[in-house]
Amino acid sequence: MKVISLTEYKLMLPMLELVIFALGILLIDLIIPRDWKWLNAVGAFVGLFFAAVCVWQIQATLPGGAVGFSGALLVDHFAVFFWYLFLAAAGITVLMSERYLDLEDEHSGEYYALLLLSVVGMMCMAAGIDVVLIFIGLELMAISTYVLVGFLRRERRSNEAAIKYFLLGAFSSGIFAYGLSIFYGLAGSTNLQEIHRSILAQNPRHPVIVIALLTTMTGLFFKIAAVPFHQWAPDAYEGAPTSISGFMSVAVKAAAWAMLLRILIFALFPLRSVYVPIVVFVAIATMTLANFAALSQTNTKRLLAYSSIAHVGYMLLAFVAMGTSEPGSPAFSDGFKGILIYLLVYTFMNLGAFAVITSLRQRQVIGDELEDMAGLYHRAPVEAVLMLLFLLSLAGIPPAAGFLGKYYIFLSLVESRHYGLAALGVIYSLLGLYYYLKIANAMLIRESKETKPLFVSIGMRCAVGVTALATIVIGIYPEPFIQGVSRSLPTWAKPTAPTLRQ
Amino acid sequence: MVPISTLHYLIVAAALFVLGVVGVLTRRNLVVILMSIELILNAVNLNLVAFSRMWGNLHGQVFSIFITADAAAEAAAGLGILIAFFRNKETVNVDEIDLLKW
Amino acid sequence: MPDNYFARYLPLLMHFGIATVLASIIVTLSYLVGQHKPNIAKMSPYECGVQPIGDTRGRFSVKFYLVAMLFILFDVEAVFLYPWAVILRELKMFGFWEMMVYIAIVLVGLFYVWKKGVLDWGLIAGKRGDI
Repeated sequence: MKVISLTEYKLMLPMLELVIFALGILLIDLIIPRDWKWLNAVGAFVGLFFAAVCVWQIQATLPGGAVGFSGALLVDHFAVFFWYLFLAAAGITVLMSERYLDLEDEHSGEYYALLLLSVVGMMCMAAGIDVVLIFIGLELMAISTYVLVGFLRRERRSNEAAIKYFLLGAFSSGIFAYGLSIFYGLAGSTNLQEIHRSILAQNPRHPVIVIALLTTMTGLFFKIAAVPFHQWAPDAYEGAPTSISGFMSVAVKAAAWAMLLRILIFALFPLRSVYVPIVVFVAIATMTLANFAALSQTNTKRLLAYSSIAHVGYMLLAFVAMGTSEPGSPAFSDGFKGILIYLLVYTFMNLGAFAVITSLRQRQVIGDELEDMAGLYHRAPVEAVLMLLFLLSLAGIPPAAGFLGKYYIFLSLVESRHYGLAALGVIYSLLGLYYYLKIANAMLIRESKETKPLFVSIGMRCAVGVTALATIVIGIYPEPFIQGVSRSLPTWAKPTAPTLRQ
Repeated sequence: MVPISTLHYLIVAAALFVLGVVGVLTRRNLVVILMSIELILNAVNLNLVAFSRMWGNLHGQVFSIFITADAAAEAAAGLGILIAFFRNKETVNVDEIDLLKW
Repeated sequence: MPDNYFARYLPLLMHFGIATVLASIIVTLSYLVGQHKPNIAKMSPYECGVQPIGDTRGRFSVKFYLVAMLFILFDVEAVFLYPWAVILRELKMFGFWEMMVYIAIVLVGLFYVWKKGVLDWGLIAGKRGDI
C-alpha cells in the first residue's frame, strides 16, 4: 500500500491551511460579539496571506512540476500562477467587503469562510489533473459562490440572482459531469494524461467522442459565461453583493479558464479539429452580443457584467489562435501568454472598478445605477481618477495594463493568420470604449444632486490603491510578468516523480 | 435472451440524462427543476459505475461516490436559497422570478 | 434450475399474479355480497376518531426542511466511511488518521449547526430566531 509522503502534503499545504482558517472563522464567529465582527475580515486576510507564503515556498523549490496524491494534483508554474491570482483577488475582495457588509447589516463569519473555501476549490481546479479533483474543486467553488451571491437574505434581488445562478450552475455542472464520465469510459482512467493518451489513439470524429466533447464544452462555456450560455452572468452580478460581483467576475472566471485550459489544451488537444470551429462561432457570438447588450445598460454592475462577457470573447479569440497552430509555434505560445496575462490584468482592473462601485454604497444609497456615478469627481476626486484609469484599462488604452493583454491576443491572431478575427476584435474593442466612456462621462462631467464628499473606508482605499498600482505597473513594466507567464506554457511530457528540492 | 452489457447501462443513463435536461428546460416549478438536475447527476453515476465495471477498476466508483456527496451538498444549498427566496416572495414558480432583466 | 436469467424469477412472477387475483376476488365478493348502509359518521375519514380539522395540504414549518436538509448532508457524508472501512486494514494508521481529520471537519459542521440553534426544537429556537 502506497502511503502519501510528506512532500505531497506540502504541495497542498496552502489549501489545507485555508480550510483550517475557514473552519476557524466559522467557529470563532459564533462567540465574538457584534461589534467585533471585523475580526473575521482580519482572520480571512491573515489566512490568505499565510496561504500566499506557502505558495511562495512551494514555488521556490519547484522544478518543472510536481505531481502528488496518486497523480491527481500537478503543481507546476501554471498552477502556481493561478494560485497567486486567486489569493490576490480574494485578498482584495476581503479589503472591499468589511465596510460594505457593515452597511448591508450582514456581518457574518460565513461570508469570509465561504470566500476562503471557494478559493480552495479554485486551487483544486487549477492544480488538478484528475477529473475527480477538478470536479470536486469546481463544485466547492460553485456551491460557495451560490450562497455568497444570495448572501443579502433580506434583499429580493440577491435571492433571485442566487436562484438563477444556482439553477443554471447546477445544471451545467451536471452536463459537464456527464461529459467527463464518458471520457472516463473511453480512457479507463480519470487522469487527464491517461485521457490524453487514449484520445490520441482514436478517431476524433467518432460520435461518442463528439458527444463527450460537446457536453464537456457546454459545462466549460457555462462556467466562463460565453454566449449562448451567458444568461446567468448579468443577473448574478447585478443581484449579488457588489464585492462578490467583483470576486466572481475575476477569480471564479479565472478558475473556470484554468479548468478550460487544463481540459481542452492539456487533455483534449487531439480533438482540436472538432472543437476549434465551435470556439470560433462562440467567440464571435460572445463579443457581438455582449458588446451590443452593454451599450444600453443603465446599471453599472450589469454593464460591467456584459463587459466581462465581452472580455471572455477576446480571450476565446486567443484560444482559437492556439487551437489552429502547432504547440511550440509563436502563435501558440503568444495565445497562451495572452490568455494568462489577460486574466492577470483583468483581475486587477475589474476588481478596481468594482471596488469603486462598492464604495458608492452608503447608508441610504444602493449605488449601483449609472446615476449614482454622477459627479463622483467632485465627491471623491482620487477615486474618480482611478476609476477612469480602470475604465481606460478595460477598454485597452495604453499605457494601462489592459492594453498588454489585448496586444498579445491580437499578436497571436495575426501570427496564426486570422486577420478577419483580429479586425473584428479591434472593432469591438473600439465599441467597448463607448460604454466605458459613458461611465466616465457620468463621473466627470455630469452634476450630481449629492454634493457632500464620499466616505471611503481605509480597507477600500487599500483595495483601490493596490489594484490601481498593479494596473499601472503591469502596463508600464510588464517584463517580469511576461516571463512568469511564459514559464507556465503547457508541456505534454509526463511530469517527473513527486519530488521537491528540499 | 441478450446478456446485459455496458451498452445497456449507457442507454439507460442516456435516457435519464435526456429526461433530466428536458425536465430542467420545460418544467416551471423550482423544486421539480432541482429534481431534474439530480436526475442528470444520477445518469452520470450510472455511467461511471457501468464503465467502472467494464474496465475493472475503481476510479469510476470513487468518482460516483463523490458525485453523490456533491449532489447532496448542492441540493441542500439549493433548498436553502429556495427557502430564503420563498420567505421574500412566496412562490416557487420560475415565471415569477422576474426582477432582474435586461 | 433453468439457466436463463429471467426464467429463474418465474415463480416470483407467478406468486405476484396469484396474490393479485386472490385479493381482487375477495374484495369484489365482499362488495357484492355485503350490505351497504352509509351514514355521516361512517363516511368520515376516521370513523371512530376525532373530527378532521382543515386541509391536509397545510404549510410545514421551515424547521422540517432544515432538519431534512441536515439529515441528507450528514447521511451522505457517512457514505465515505464505507469504502474506508473496507480497506482500513490495508491503510493501517495512515488511513485511520485521515478519516479522523475527515470526521473532525464533519464535527465542526455539526457544532456550527448546533450553535446556530437548528437542532433546538420548540420555543427556545424561536427566540434565537435568525436561521
